[in-house]
Amino acid sequence: MPLFSTGDDPGASFPELLRRVGLGPAQPTGNASDLMHELGVPHATTCVALTYADGVVMAGDRRATAGNLIAHRRMEKVVEADRHSAVAIAGAAGPAMEMIRLFQLQLEHYEKVEGAPISLEGKANQLSMMVRGNLQAAMMGMVVVPIFGGYDLRRGCGRLWDYDATGGRYEERDYVATGSGSLHAGTVVKVGFRQDLSRDDAVDLATRALWEAADADSATGGPDVLRGIYPVMATIDVDGWNRLGDDELAARYETIVDEVRAR
Amino acid sequence: MSMPFYVAPEQMMKDRADFARKGISRGRALVAVRYTDGIVIVAENASETLRKVSEIYDRIAFAGVGKYNEFDQLRVAGVRAADLKGYQYSRDDVDARSLANSYAQMLGTIFTHENKPMEVEILVAEVGLEPAGDQMFHILYDGTVVDQRDHAAIGGDAESISARLADSWTDGLDRSAAIGVGRAALAGPDREIPVGDLEVADLSRSNGRRCFHRLAHADLA
Repeated sequence: MPLFSTGDDPGASFPELLRRVGLGPAQPTGNASDLMHELGVPHATTCVALTYADGVVMAGDRRATAGNLIAHRRMEKVVEADRHSAVAIAGAAGPAMEMIRLFQLQLEHYEKVEGAPISLEGKANQLSMMVRGNLQAAMMGMVVVPIFGGYDLRRGCGRLWDYDATGGRYEERDYVATGSGSLHAGTVVKVGFRQDLSRDDAVDLATRALWEAADADSATGGPDVLRGIYPVMATIDVDGWNRLGDDELAARYETIVDEVRAR
Repeated sequence: MSMPFYVAPEQMMKDRADFARKGISRGRALVAVRYTDGIVIVAENASETLRKVSEIYDRIAFAGVGKYNEFDQLRVAGVRAADLKGYQYSRDDVDARSLANSYAQMLGTIFTHENKPMEVEILVAEVGLEPAGDQMFHILYDGTVVDQRDHAAIGGDAESISARLADSWTDGLDRSAAIGVGRAALAGPDREIPVGDLEVADLSRSNGRRCFHRLAHADLA
């Protein structure tokens, strides 16, 4: 059982605790190269997020690619970080998933040690530090770029942040997209975005954004009717995380398919 | 040159135990009571902010009596141990028995090796997937571990509280009945504890992944 003397205590930080007990992350060493290509490391792709009247919508496709191959069809890139926040992640799948796991643990660890959850802005800062901690790996091609979104209980609104590979943290007022299909997805959201959208309209916009991204970007997965795989789509409002069911997404995509067919 | 006085080991241990017991008996007690859906922990605690009962892990709760800074140090150590184990292995591998053993080792070492023993008694409770898996471990200041099944009382006057619990506990209590049993046992026959002086938390099987849940005073009235 870890016990630390006063003044030498890692406090409520779980990553710091990991370092103290010798379980800190291994940093890759060596020259920057096309290591990623040789290893065939899977990449997670497109995620979008936007604010609406009562909170935020976050969505991500399910595909991971390694080069020109589909590595996974059921990846979940949008993950509940805690009750009132979520992370959507694009980039090298291995480090990305590990980062999400560590981030979730950190939020819960802090909450238990301190007896109160971190503020939403504090969570965004924590994630920024984790992305920065991955800089060495990022320079070797294992870039991880998350989106962080959640409902700010103190301010009573949904908020969004996006990050760059160096841990740069930028708060976005309206919407953000990341990953290989972000250009297409982002444009769809940009054109359709209005302030104070309803939940239904916001979900509809995110659904269309992912559809267009999958239509134009080979690394983004579209709705897979054959296997029943649909994007992960969730809203976060004052009551917390709420993921949409596959049935609802199937119906929404059917509508889009009908519209495209009639074009 | 001054010579240290010889103190017999028996006497030394007895002195330390007396010292720890005296510190613990000054504080107020708490009880844990098993009910149909889990375990409820009822503590007499006048403070709204300094907690005696808290969450360690998905299915594990911690409760401490005695010196606040000492049991809070143990609580944080428990959260760290559990989170580390869950990270290294899996969430399913974190269990109360192993945590109780670690606490026992730590308290035992402090009792014999440090200048003063910790003036605390702690309780580690785990709610199982089925009622048969519910466990409670009562750990004393010297590292003694007692495992308890249906109910436990720790702190000052724990013996008579335990006796009252044994009289009034029955199988198949619901949560509010279990809280009532715990509250009455804590109070004894001559007084009633006002709701404002109660700290109640619950480990409930039907609470999702994180079973721990604090009850507000409004829920108790």
